[in-house]
Parts: sequence; structure tokens; C-alpha cells
Amino acid sequence: MMKRAFGLTKRINSIKFALLSPEEIRKMSAVKVITADTYDDDGFPIEKGLMDLHMGVIEPGLRCKTCGGKVDECPGHFGHIELAMPVIHVGFVKNIKNYLDATCRECGRIKLKDDEIEIYKQKIEEAKKMGASPIQLLLINKKIIDEAASRPICPHCGAEQKKITLDKPTTFREEGRKLTPKEIRERLEKIPDEDLPLLGINPETARPEWMVLTVLPVPPVNVRPTITLETGERSEDDLTHKLVDIIRINQRLRENRDSGAPQLIIEDLWELLQYHVTTYFDNQTSGIPPARHRSGRPLKTLVQRLKGKEGRFRSNLSGKRVNFSSRTVISPEPFLSINEVGVPEAAARELTVPIAVTAHNIEKMREIVRRGPHPQGDKYIPGANYVIRNDGRRIKITERNAEDVAKKLEIGWIVERHLTNGDIVLFNRQPSLHRMSMMGHLVRVLPDRTFRFNLAVCPPYNADFDGDEMNLHVLQSEEARAEAKILMLVQEHILSPRFGGPIIGGLHDHITAMFLLTYQNPKFSREEALHILSYLNYDKLPEPHRDENGNEFYYGKDLFSLILPKGLNMEFKSKICDPTVCNHKCVYEKCPIDAYVIIRDGKLIAGTIDENAIGSMKGKLLDRIAKMGSDIARKFIDDLTRLAIGVISYRGFTSGIDDEDIPEEALIQIHEIIQESIKKADELIELYKQGLLQPAPGRSLEETLEMEIMRVLAHARDEAGKIASRHLGLENPSVIMARSGARASMLNLSQMAGSIGQQSVRGQRLHRGYQDRTLPHFKRGDLGAKARGFVESSYKKGLSPTEYFFHSMGGREGLVDTAVRTSRSGYMQRRLINALEDLKVDEDRKVVDTAGNVVQFLYGEDGVDPTRSSGGENINMEEVLTEVLGEKYLLRRRK
Amino acid sequence: MGKFNVLEHELVPEHYLVSEDEEEEILKQLGVKKEQLPKIKKSDAVLRVLERKYGHIPVGSLIKIVRKSPTAGRIVVYRVVVRD
Repeated sequence: MMKRAFGLTKRINSIKFALLSPEEIRKMSAVKVITADTYDDDGFPIEKGLMDLHMGVIEPGLRCKTCGGKVDECPGHFGHIELAMPVIHVGFVKNIKNYLDATCRECGRIKLKDDEIEIYKQKIEEAKKMGASPIQLLLINKKIIDEAASRPICPHCGAEQKKITLDKPTTFREEGRKLTPKEIRERLEKIPDEDLPLLGINPETARPEWMVLTVLPVPPVNVRPTITLETGERSEDDLTHKLVDIIRINQRLRENRDSGAPQLIIEDLWELLQYHVTTYFDNQTSGIPPARHRSGRPLKTLVQRLKGKEGRFRSNLSGKRVNFSSRTVISPEPFLSINEVGVPEAAARELTVPIAVTAHNIEKMREIVRRGPHPQGDKYIPGANYVIRNDGRRIKITERNAEDVAKKLEIGWIVERHLTNGDIVLFNRQPSLHRMSMMGHLVRVLPDRTFRFNLAVCPPYNADFDGDEMNLHVLQSEEARAEAKILMLVQEHILSPRFGGPIIGGLHDHITAMFLLTYQNPKFSREEALHILSYLNYDKLPEPHRDENGNEFYYGKDLFSLILPKGLNMEFKSKICDPTVCNHKCVYEKCPIDAYVIIRDGKLIAGTIDENAIGSMKGKLLDRIAKMGSDIARKFIDDLTRLAIGVISYRGFTSGIDDEDIPEEALIQIHEIIQESIKKADELIELYKQGLLQPAPGRSLEETLEMEIMRVLAHARDEAGKIASRHLGLENPSVIMARSGARASMLNLSQMAGSIGQQSVRGQRLHRGYQDRTLPHFKRGDLGAKARGFVESSYKKGLSPTEYFFHSMGGREGLVDTAVRTSRSGYMQRRLINALEDLKVDEDRKVVDTAGNVVQFLYGEDGVDPTRSSGGENINMEEVLTEVLGEKYLLRRRK
Repeated sequence: MGKFNVLEHELVPEHYLVSEDEEEEILKQLGVKKEQLPKIKKSDAVLRVLERKYGHIPVGSLIKIVRKSPTAGRIVVYRVVVRD
């Protein structure tokens, strides 16, 4: 087992990049590879071949000829190939081009006068002293190179310069004549060390001519292992395939050169070698066809291994796979606290928590170990899967050895105990877009096979239960558990840093239920009240009221008041508030539609609890309670969700298409209004055709017409909706949902009952399709409402074929938008994360980067933590005054 | 050349040169070294206007900028003059 290093933190001081010189490549090489073959007929690696045992071993049983190690011991060793002729390294063509441009073709000096060289050198020194970033230094070098490249005559030897062009990817031409890599290398060799800093090279670590390869390093076999299929067939790695090509061509080139073959043949082979070496580095070089496998699949060479999402960096270094984690489908469980997560027993038995054995817990640990990996019994009790001894050896506990291991248990050992109720774990749903995407939950081991949690926690994860899966991670150290409990527990994330309001709160049925419980204060008999409250942990009923017959009853608002924290005072308007009812003059507690909420000392006096009170993201009541402390807030939300389930399942609540039934005369009225508007649109078109339409300021005649028609038709839909909603009162379940904010909107209802209205794509009426018309069912150039995507029908009535088609066009836009938006915002998010990931807020609220450079002098310029703000504002005077002055302030505020 | 003053433009925040005595105090208060502060180029149009007022401003001077901020109303930031 790997040993853990404790207390060993080191800071990276600097990173240096250098080039490998040919000598260095030869020096680190364990073998000079000369044969393109890999294995002989017996399956044994051929000497001096690509699988030479000097380069490491991948077959068990064999030993490395360099270090003597076995398969898992030998780290692998490089080999090398001597190239018959030099070739250009594709990764450096840009640099080579710059160096050729900036230096003299005759004497190799940089084309700057001596005094200029001095000035530039000073400038670089100064920039380094000022703590310039590598990018800034690069910019200085770029400027120097541009300056030097523009000189037509060498200031040192007076030689005339010729224009060098780069023929992508690797061919250089000097005024049309091809430069061979050999010539290029010779030119780069001539550049003196003193001129190199100006070109951005540190002469101690690199020479420009090393960018033209004469020796090619061969990576260890561990990097390109042979795969043996079940059939016994061997399959080589892509890199090996490419190296085979290189060696073959290299050999042919050498033979032809040595035997004095015609220049033309040599040049062809040389170019082929360049192609193979280029694709060996990067098989996606633009301008050349990618090298392919026999099957036609492009080879995955060096650059492809590193680059992109599936590359080494993003896939294996930035993102690692972890142990002690699990993933399964999620489902709702309203009887869990928001802090909890239901874990299936099967997962709990597999996930473990390491517990150090001490004098205090040794007997308990013995008992747990004794139970083994599969404790029996109706009730879940934790067992253990492994124990780790003092010497770091790991012993697997089986049913057979459990008793034995338990007896031998010593202080200092570690027992890997099963997950059990109350353990803290991290729970996560991708995409992890904000910090609430990963929160700490307390475990509740439950039967069946899904992770379960309280519905109020759906919004932060953006989860639903249509098959979503989530991940769970078990913390392995005491520090991590403490951090999770203090910082990551769900109750600490009720307020979102995005908008300073609650993101966890009632949704859908919770809101409907609270509406039903509080709107117009319904009465409940003792039995009913007891039934509803049995969902909660309250052992006392509130004081009963008595009706004229002397029967005890309870008001809905009193039942709701039970879950409110003591000492809470506030007033606000409900979502159902409709200012037309009271002529914009609020009458507070006397509101005829019970839409003004008044809470005094934790008792609901008046008003309806709906989305504006308890909705996630919008709930004012929730917001206040969340700021009273996370424990109080958690309790409130737990009680709220349980009470809601109690109310709604006792009363019953259902919605169907007949909710949108409206009387025949209303339907006729709607039809008339729409016909009238269509006619009005036709009149506008007529006006336009006669040239009598007045253009709106800043718009063309056509635009004006479109605008007017859109306005008229939108008005028609609204009117139709108004008529429909006149017949849909608050006793209607669909209306209850829409008005209380639980789900849907009045617009949705009016589209079901009244008319769907104008369909649009990119904010315009539909107009594309056939020549001058949307569908062949209409006349060319018809601008009328029906021909341009106006849908008169309602969802309930059903759509005509043309209407259906138009509706699909409008619907398609929505789908395309979401598809485009998610990919674009994902990339934007990635770039933001990369730019901001290591900024931090320091002790005095400055925002600084890792080097201590100031980004912001005060976080957000106002130093406010949005989670502790109120809607982003520093302080909420209203809350402060209410707290200090109580009712006095609330009453005064009304004026 | 017309004497156009960028500082008078609505979108350009107020700029002031910080005196040497204040400079030390500000850096102490912020707890940062000079080179960790944001930078302003010597060639910045604002500096040309400031030089008309204060005379030559050497590289390494501190400029105080008072900006409008959507969150805080007013915010003071500092920049160091660097050569370009």
C-alpha cells in the first residue's frame, strides 16, 4: 500500500522549459533502435527492435535489461532512432520561421544594430525585474523579432536578405526555392548564443537548431504497450505503428543515400520521412492527410494523447476517478429531512468509513468486525469489509474469518466500517454549475435501490426524477467530515450566493397545499387536524375554536402557525394579490381575497401562504426564516414539506382537462373577438397596400405593418384569455396552481381554454417555407393572420392541420435554443472557471491571485457576501426596523 | 494640438496622483507590495492630462482612481505607473 505523506507541503518556485539536445537524447537512450520489427516468431522481443527489453518490460516473467526490474518495478527507459537526414519538428515551425526571419542568412546574427541589441536586452531585464509574466516577455520578444525581420540588409555583414515563406505545415521556401531541413539547421547553428535571449531562448537550456531533429527519442514500451486479445492475437499501440513507419523510411533513405541514388528519389524519401515524423507528433496537422490505421481509423499520436477533453490533462490530471463513491437513480422521499439522503442498503454495505481503533471504542469495533461483511437481521446494522493493521496490511473480512479478526483487533488498527445512519457524505449532480451542486447530507440507510432525498432540495441540484442519476462520495478523514458538516451541509446552502435569496424551499404541491390550508382560513375538525398533524412531530394541538353547535374545530392558519418560529413578525403581499380588486388601495388584513400576509410573533394572522411566502427563489417568509439561522430554517422546511404532504393528501387534489371547460357563450365570444382582430389585421394590410399606412419612427413600412399586426393579434389572445379566466375561478384546481405559483401560469390556461395565439420564429411572424408563403394552402403574398402562423384554436379544441404545422415551427425554435444555449454556456462557464479558479478573498477582503496581485481592492467593490446579503443589498432596513420596533414599524410602514 | 481633457468625459473616472508620503501609508494599509497593484501605462491618455496638472510623473508613481460602482456607489482603486 502507498504510504501517505504528512505535513509535507512544498511550493513550486519556478518551472523551466527546455529543449532536448541530440546528445542528451542519445545519453538518456537505453538502446539505439534500428529494426522496425517488434517480436520474433516465438513472441519474444527482438533486440534493437521497437520492443527491445532495454526499453522496459510489459510481459510478466521477463526482466528489464536496463534496470533489472520486473513489470511493475521498471519505470521504462527511452531508446532512440538516428535519423538519416534531419527533419523539422512540427511543434516548432512557427519558432523556426521567426528565427530565420530575424537573423541574417549569411552571418547568423540578429538583424539589429549593436546599440539596438543593448537597448532591447536592457528592456527585457527591466521587465523581468518588474515581475513581468511569461506572456508579457513573449510579447517583447515578438516585437524584437518583428523589428529584426523587417530589415532588408544585415547591419552586421551587409548581406542582402531574401524573403522566406512557410509552406504549411513544414516546408520553408526562400524566394520560391525549397530550403531543406539540413540547410535550415545549418542556418540556425550560426546564430550566436549572445543573440538568443532577444529571440526568447535561454542559451543555457536550448539551441534553435535542436528544433530540427537529427535524433528521435523512442518512448518506453510502458507508454505504448502491446495489447493481447483473447484470441491470442497481438495488437500494437498507435505510437508503435508510427515508429515502425519512421524506422522503415529512415532505413530506405539511408540505403539510398549511401548507395548514391538520384537526388529526386532521396528528396522524395526525405519528404516521406518528414511526413511520418510530423504525424508521429501530431496527426491532426492541417495541410496533410492524417496517418491511418489499416482499418481506416486515424492514428492517435502524441498530441492527440494530450489534447482536448479526452486528453491526458483534462481527462486524467484535472479530472480523476475516485474510490468510496457510488452512483444510482434518484427518487423523492418527503419524510426525509432536507439534510438527509437515503442510501440503498446494497450501497451502504459497499461504501466504508475508516475508523481508528482506540481504547475507547475497541469493544464496539470488535462487535462491528464480528458482524462481518453481511450482517443478517431485519434492521440494518453496520458491519465491516476490511481492517488495516498497524503495518499497513489490509485484511479482507469474510464471514469465515470475522470472529478471528475481531479477536486480534488492536488499538491503532483501522476498521473500514459500513456506512450507517448519521454519517456525513457528499452528494452531487452533474453538471456541477455552482457550489450547491455538491452538498453534504446525513446518511439514512433505506431499502430498495435508489438514492432518496427531500423534494425541497431539487432546485439547487436542478434534479427531477425522470431517471436522473446522482453521485455520492463517502468522506475518509475526520477533517473532511468536519468541513462538510460545517460548510457543506444542505442547511448551510438554503440561501443562494447567486441572488441572496432562498434556493431551497417549497415547490409545486407544497405551495398548492399551503394555499389550500391558508386561503380564506378553512376550518378543520379535530379528527382532520390530528390526521394532518400526524405527519409532523408535534404532540400538542393548538387551542381549539368552537362553532355555534359547540363542536371543536381548528383554523388552517392556526395549523400553519404551528411550524412558524416564535418571535417572527412580518407583512407582505401574497402572489395571489390582485390590485384591481381593491382599486390599488391595499386594505391589508381586510383584503377581500386574503392576499395580505400578516405574521405576529410566529402566528399567521391574515393572508394566504403561496409562492411569495415559501416558494424556492421567491419566498419572502422563507428568506426571513433562513436568516434566523440554519437550524431554524431546516426545521421550518422539514415541517413545511411534511405539513404540505399531510394537507394535500388528506384533502386530495387533482387537475384535468375539464378544468378548462368554459360555457358555450364564452367560446362564441372568444371566437368573435378573434375574428374581429383578424379582420383588423386585414384592414391594416389593406391600408398598407394602398400606401396609407404611417410608418412608426425608425421603422420601415413593412416593419410597421408587422408590428401593428403582432400587436393586434397579441391583444386578441389576451382578450380571449381574459374571457376564459372570467369563467375560471379560484375553486378550479388548475387556477389554484397557476395563481398560487405552484405550477403553470394563467397564460397556459388561457391557451388551453381560449386561443393559442401567434406563433413566431426569432420574434417574427412565420414567413418562410415556400415562395412568398408559409404553406401551399395559402395564396402567394398573403400577409393575413391565418397565413402567417396565427393559431385561433385552443389546445382543448384542437388545432387545424395548418395551425398544427405552425405550432410545430414555433416549438422547434425553443428546442434549438435550449440545445444551442447549453453547449455555449458550458464553454463560457469553462473559460470563466479557468480564468478565476485560483483567485481568493484574503483577510481584509481584497481579491488577490496566487502571486498576491490585487484583482479587486474590496470583494465585489462593496465587500458584501451575497449569501449574507438581502437580495444583494448590504442591509435590509425593513428587516432591522421590524426586528427592533416590531408591530409599531409594520403599522407605520403601511402609510 | 487641441487641449482635449479626457478626464472631463463622463465615462472616464476621476484620477489623482498620490503624493509620496501618502503612498507609503496606502501600501501599508493595503498590505501589498507596489508591483502587486494593477498597472497603468505611462502612455495612457489620462497620464498625459495629469502631467499637465502635476508636472512630470515618473514610472512607479501611484495613481488614485475614484470610480462609480454599481454595487458600492463609489470605489477607490490604485494603479502603478509602468513604462510600456
